[in-house]
Amino acid sequence: MLVKDGVATYEQVISRFPKQEFLVKPKAIIECYENIPCNPCSTSCPFDAITILEDINQLPKIDFDKCTGCGVCIYNCPGLAIMVCQIIGDKVRFKIPYEFLPYPNESETWHAINRKGEIIGDALIEKVMLTKRQDRTAVIQVLVDKENLYDFVTIRRKI
Amino acid sequence: MSKYSLIKVKYMIKKDLVIIGGGPAGLCAAKMVAEANQSCMLIDRNQILGGQLIKQTHMFFGSEKQYAKTRGIDIAEKLVEDVKKYSDLIDIWEDTTVVGLYQDKVVTVLKNERYVKIQAKAIIIATGASEKVLAFENNDLPGIYGAGAVQTLMNVYGVKPGHKIVMVGSGNIGLIVSYQLMQAGVNVLSIIEASPKIGGYKVHASKVRRLGVNIETSCTIKKAIGHENVKKIETIKLDENWKEIEGTEKEYEVDAVCIAVGLTPLTNLLSMIGCQMKYVSELGGLVPIINENHETSIENIYVCGDASGIEEASSAIVEGYLAGLHACKKLGKFHPKNDELMNEYHQQLTNLRNGPFGEKIRIGLKKQGVCKDVS
Repeated sequence: MLVKDGVATYEQVISRFPKQEFLVKPKAIIECYENIPCNPCSTSCPFDAITILEDINQLPKIDFDKCTGCGVCIYNCPGLAIMVCQIIGDKVRFKIPYEFLPYPNESETWHAINRKGEIIGDALIEKVMLTKRQDRTAVIQVLVDKENLYDFVTIRRKI
Repeated sequence: MSKYSLIKVKYMIKKDLVIIGGGPAGLCAAKMVAEANQSCMLIDRNQILGGQLIKQTHMFFGSEKQYAKTRGIDIAEKLVEDVKKYSDLIDIWEDTTVVGLYQDKVVTVLKNERYVKIQAKAIIIATGASEKVLAFENNDLPGIYGAGAVQTLMNVYGVKPGHKIVMVGSGNIGLIVSYQLMQAGVNVLSIIEASPKIGGYKVHASKVRRLGVNIETSCTIKKAIGHENVKKIETIKLDENWKEIEGTEKEYEVDAVCIAVGLTPLTNLLSMIGCQMKYVSELGGLVPIINENHETSIENIYVCGDASGIEEASSAIVEGYLAGLHACKKLGKFHPKNDELMNEYHQQLTNLRNGPFGEKIRIGLKKQGVCKDVS
């Protein structure tokens, strides 16, 4: 349970996903479950797809019709609680925030990790993005099996 | 002592406004004061201005008006830059410790081993907070740190505080420092929390949990074991009445323990000058009673930031702006946008304190006597 161990429940997680037919295109998944005073996701979205009302303690609401999956919100979220995902055949392409050195290299295979920190499969590193605008939060694009759609959250180097 | 320094000691420096503390609150107060064309002296005991921001490598929450999504280290740089722009108006004394504050508004300081007296008309106290400690067997063993020390070692000096560490406390500081320890390559074995719920933002909790760190609630540290330094610790589970449950002891082999069990306002100077104080647990302990202008029970003594009650750095920034505006207004210098800014900052504070995380602060502020800036 989130308040006890920091792990969101399955119901919480899927409540943040659109219907799978939306995911033929990349969409942002915002795992913000708690009313905290924060709004950079909303102010940074170039497409006005994320709304937080006047009271910055409100949870962000995303309009999946407007979201292009550009990923700007990924590195603007101070809680690193946003990723972008897209279903491609029997795989899912994720873009995730990553702040650990050394960064992965393209075409390496790392562990795919779930919200409890457990290994759930492989993640093929497709791209490592780190521009000045990202302010030291790298965005890693990976490919994982579709069965991990609602479980995958980060990557870990294989030792 | 040379003749020169004797003259210096006798000399009383006269200043309209003295700001004590160069963290986010003090820096922002100084900026407002200078914008109102009022001179001031900014005193900080550290060699680098910026307070705790200089070790906060994470992105801040809040709204962009308070530098949300900017890393603390970069906020510090921006705020210091803002203040240094006004070198003609702001006299900055770094590496200077205030040792006394008297009712006639004399501030005494130690600067380069010299005792200097300053006569002020108004004083803004922005001294911040100190860490709370936790009582357990052997809590004085080397290797047992406060979270502030861990962050300073790692993020200011680039020194690893240990290799295997247990974090005590799951408030935002405990969670954030755990994450930063892992970024530094330290093995965080567990985060333990005495309360049945995680104290900090859940996004921070999820960040460390997905890295494989277990967060154990209803659990506390019973004792540390070791001779020259900490080698092991023993934890124990707590029941719903916070009583230890026998038989649930667990040992961890560690070379460091990080204590992150909260902050308390640093109010010694306020007590010394005789400001009316009140114990408000929701604000972290003993706090000065203040009016809605951030003024204490003594006229022209203002307080802002954590020294007036523990909140986030974003609130300290806004409180600093407000205290600065109020102080120079009373000295007869109006900021050109005084009314507009006051409304804006009051609105920002209300907004920051509005959510469920602000509830404790709202209750505390009402006890402290401030009815503004909370809805």
